[in-house]
Amino acid sequence: MTDAVRVLLVDDEEPARALLTEILSRSPGVEVVASCANGFEAVRAAAERKPDAAFLDIEMPKLDGFEVMELLDPAIAVVFVTAYDHYAVKAFDAEAVDYVLKPYRPERLLEALKRARERARQRRPDPARLARALRPAGTYRTRLAVRDGSDVHVLPVSRVDFLEARDDAVLVRAEGKSYRLTQTLSSLAETLDPARFLRVHRSYVLNVDRLRRLELYSKNSHVAILADGARIPVSREGHAKLRELLGADSKS
Amino acid sequence: MDRPVTHPILARPGRLGPYLAATLPLAAILTALLVGTGFAAADAAAVSVPMTLLYAFLSLAAFYPCRAMPLGRARWPLVATTHFTAAILVAAVWIVIGAGLADLLGSFDVFAALPARYRAQAPTLFAAGVLLYLLSAGLHYVLISMENARERERKESELTILAREAELQALKSRIQPHFLYNSLNAIAGLISGNPEGARRMCVELAEFLRRSLAAGERPSIRIGEEVELVRHYLDVERIRFGERLSVEEDVEAGGFDCLVPPLLLQPLVENAVVHGISTLVEGGTVRLEARRAGNRLRIVIENPFDPDAPARPRGGLGLRLVRERLAALYGAEAIFAAKKLDGRHLAIISVPARLAGAS
Repeated sequence: MTDAVRVLLVDDEEPARALLTEILSRSPGVEVVASCANGFEAVRAAAERKPDAAFLDIEMPKLDGFEVMELLDPAIAVVFVTAYDHYAVKAFDAEAVDYVLKPYRPERLLEALKRARERARQRRPDPARLARALRPAGTYRTRLAVRDGSDVHVLPVSRVDFLEARDDAVLVRAEGKSYRLTQTLSSLAETLDPARFLRVHRSYVLNVDRLRRLELYSKNSHVAILADGARIPVSREGHAKLRELLGADSKS
Repeated sequence: MDRPVTHPILARPGRLGPYLAATLPLAAILTALLVGTGFAAADAAAVSVPMTLLYAFLSLAAFYPCRAMPLGRARWPLVATTHFTAAILVAAVWIVIGAGLADLLGSFDVFAALPARYRAQAPTLFAAGVLLYLLSAGLHYVLISMENARERERKESELTILAREAELQALKSRIQPHFLYNSLNAIAGLISGNPEGARRMCVELAEFLRRSLAAGERPSIRIGEEVELVRHYLDVERIRFGERLSVEEDVEAGGFDCLVPPLLLQPLVENAVVHGISTLVEGGTVRLEARRAGNRLRIVIENPFDPDAPARPRGGLGLRLVRERLAALYGAEAIFAAKKLDGRHLAIISVPARLAGAS
């Protein structure tokens, strides 16, 4: 509690940012380290200035508040500040620290700040829960927000070639580039359309649209050759799943 | 209007009973008629009761020519010819079956005299058959028109309910609560750093609300007033979005006196801001065009948007309400199109130009 809490805030409206800055910076022990007008700026600023807490608007251009949250270090406590009440359940599922409705009393914002201060660096939200929260019930994600150094890209899932588990993260491979997402392969895979993304190996999820052909690798395993020439291993179970999904095409 | 597809008697189990019951007096009349021409009472009854029942069923077929030729739309000579031909055919079939029945009964000693008597009276029976068929055709016409009237009534009341619902929805949605919350939040943010802006926003917001509430009370307003109202809305949004939102107006003075339903443009302009400008980091220009061309009033609202942005909740609802409202008020006279073109969204309305003052 001796250190000041470092706060980042994002809102695409200037007066709304002014209000957040005014109330937060007036409060003792708070340092507003960045005030951003959109999600891209926020992700970049967070990487540079390492905030403890982030106050995010939800409806913003390019990246919405939830997508920004996904790209932030999971140790950063997130508070959503929005005029819309219908995102509250989603925010709860994503393990946001608090959800403040505009317009708000200064005390209400400071209460959220207190919660963020308690949560900051204490508990990492479960990335799987966040990933699930990002997907409206009964639908699959159509895009992924990914980071490339300090740049942020919004990647339509149709451009993804495959996903690879790497340590405690997932590498998303798309058009020859790879992007790192801090979550598990299973939790990411379950948010994607199973008719397109298939777990063909313990460590690989394949976009079947990219499959060019299958080659026998050893007695028990195959290797998938993708449209761009990339080769990814396919387990025996993965092979069975592929045959089932692609039906007669692969039997011939 | 619409043809009933189902038979008004056969398709309704509740009607067949009364219909058959109604043939009993006919059977009695026929029996009396036959007795009058010299039939023994038993002979007459043995022929007339089964034949009346049989004819009741045969006459149900009158439905099909009736359905094919609705009165008032088919030409009279055709209707008459068809029904007479059908009457002659059905009656002939009836007489032949009756002859068969008489012959069959005649093989029993009790009815030995029947076949000859029957043949003697066949022309009378045939004439009765023709008349009864025509009676049945009349009955079917009555039933069909009753059914049509009921169907029309149901459709009309359905349409009225739809129109009223669309109107109600339009009124309910005219002021988005989120717009108010965000505006109030912006005022709170402006107060200490930009009190002048806060004051301006309060005034614009109040002006917009006042005009919206007043406009909602009236069945129609001049397009000029609607544009004025939209201007106040955009002024509020311009304070919130700053340089990201700019507005271009191309409103022809000649179109100013045209009447439009109140708050027709407001939801479209709001869409342009919420689903267009606010999805863009750099923002853009909302263009509003209204001009009169002959007896039509043409309105265009155009804005850039981010094609990659995920759909926001309530997306499309505003457009649907405008479409329903225009359809309820102008029917086929209104044209409404919403299209996306190279990252720009266009909403185009064309309605008959009705002038204020003219009724």
